[in-house]
Amino acid sequence: MPEDSSVVEKRLRDKFPNAILNLKIFKDELTFYIEKDSILEVCRFLRDDEKLAFNFLSDLCGVDTTSLGESNSLEVVYHLYSIKRNHRVRLKVTIPASKPTIKSVTSVWETANWHEREAYDMFGITFEGHPNLTRILTPDGFEGHPLRKDYPLKGRQPDSLRKIYRKAEE
Amino acid sequence: MGLETAFGDTILTTTIDKIVNWSRKNSLWPMPFGLACCAIEMMAVVAPRYDLARFGAEVFRFSPRQSDLMIVAGTVTYKMAAVTKKIYDQMPEPKWVIAMGACATSGGIFDTYSTVQGVGEIIPVDIYLPGCPPRPEALIHAVMELQKKISKESVLDDGPE
Repeated sequence: MPEDSSVVEKRLRDKFPNAILNLKIFKDELTFYIEKDSILEVCRFLRDDEKLAFNFLSDLCGVDTTSLGESNSLEVVYHLYSIKRNHRVRLKVTIPASKPTIKSVTSVWETANWHEREAYDMFGITFEGHPNLTRILTPDGFEGHPLRKDYPLKGRQPDSLRKIYRKAEE
Repeated sequence: MGLETAFGDTILTTTIDKIVNWSRKNSLWPMPFGLACCAIEMMAVVAPRYDLARFGAEVFRFSPRQSDLMIVAGTVTYKMAAVTKKIYDQMPEPKWVIAMGACATSGGIFDTYSTVQGVGEIIPVDIYLPGCPPRPEALIHAVMELQKKISKESVLDDGPE
């Protein structure tokens, strides 16, 4: 894996010298911090490049890092796997909590569709260019984004039972 | 009794309530509404080791139209709640509900935004069965308690108000 990860790093740095903000290696796992606006190009390159061939998005998720340090930001994390080359890489993008928008990668990996809907539902991250950015886990009419740190741990939303009755009658 | 003396033991007299309740309680057709881990115990109850057939309730129907006992086994989320209610409404009368496990009775440990605090909030429940999850014997006990309850009903009470 280590010699493999250097290939990934080199090709990515050559192609996008300004897009990589940071690089962390922990237990041979490679994590790139990518500049927000270039995520779509980076993803497309990682998939299409012959040596990298990350043809599988194994996970995409959001992280609320507002309570970590002073950053007041959210993160979007991409876990990529290459079925062809059998190697993995992780991408992280930091976005401000005040304006959590990022480009959608549905045009690169179809599977990002539901992952991005989940991240939108749970964290309120808006994915620009997503074909159908609606809630996926919480019921229709739900307010707020429950995995945000400022969302209350206990209690239910007002009117939630009345909504069930309305929905059951449809 | 007059008739029995006249005809010997070829005739049995009873009341409508008794015969109807007897046939209903010994032939419950459950609608398995497995929502979480409780459903595994529910499956065990139907399997040979615990054998719900001994109590006449082994015919699990996956259509609400053909069942009269809804076993809500697991956590009822708000996303699922509308479906639960709709399926309950689709079951023909008379019908009964067992809320199986801590989550279905009270929300259990999930005092959160997503979980209905007991299926009793949306549909009428006959038997609340505690446990996390309840043992298969406990579900059998719940069915037996329900049978006792059914035997006290009257055909005159039937139907929606």
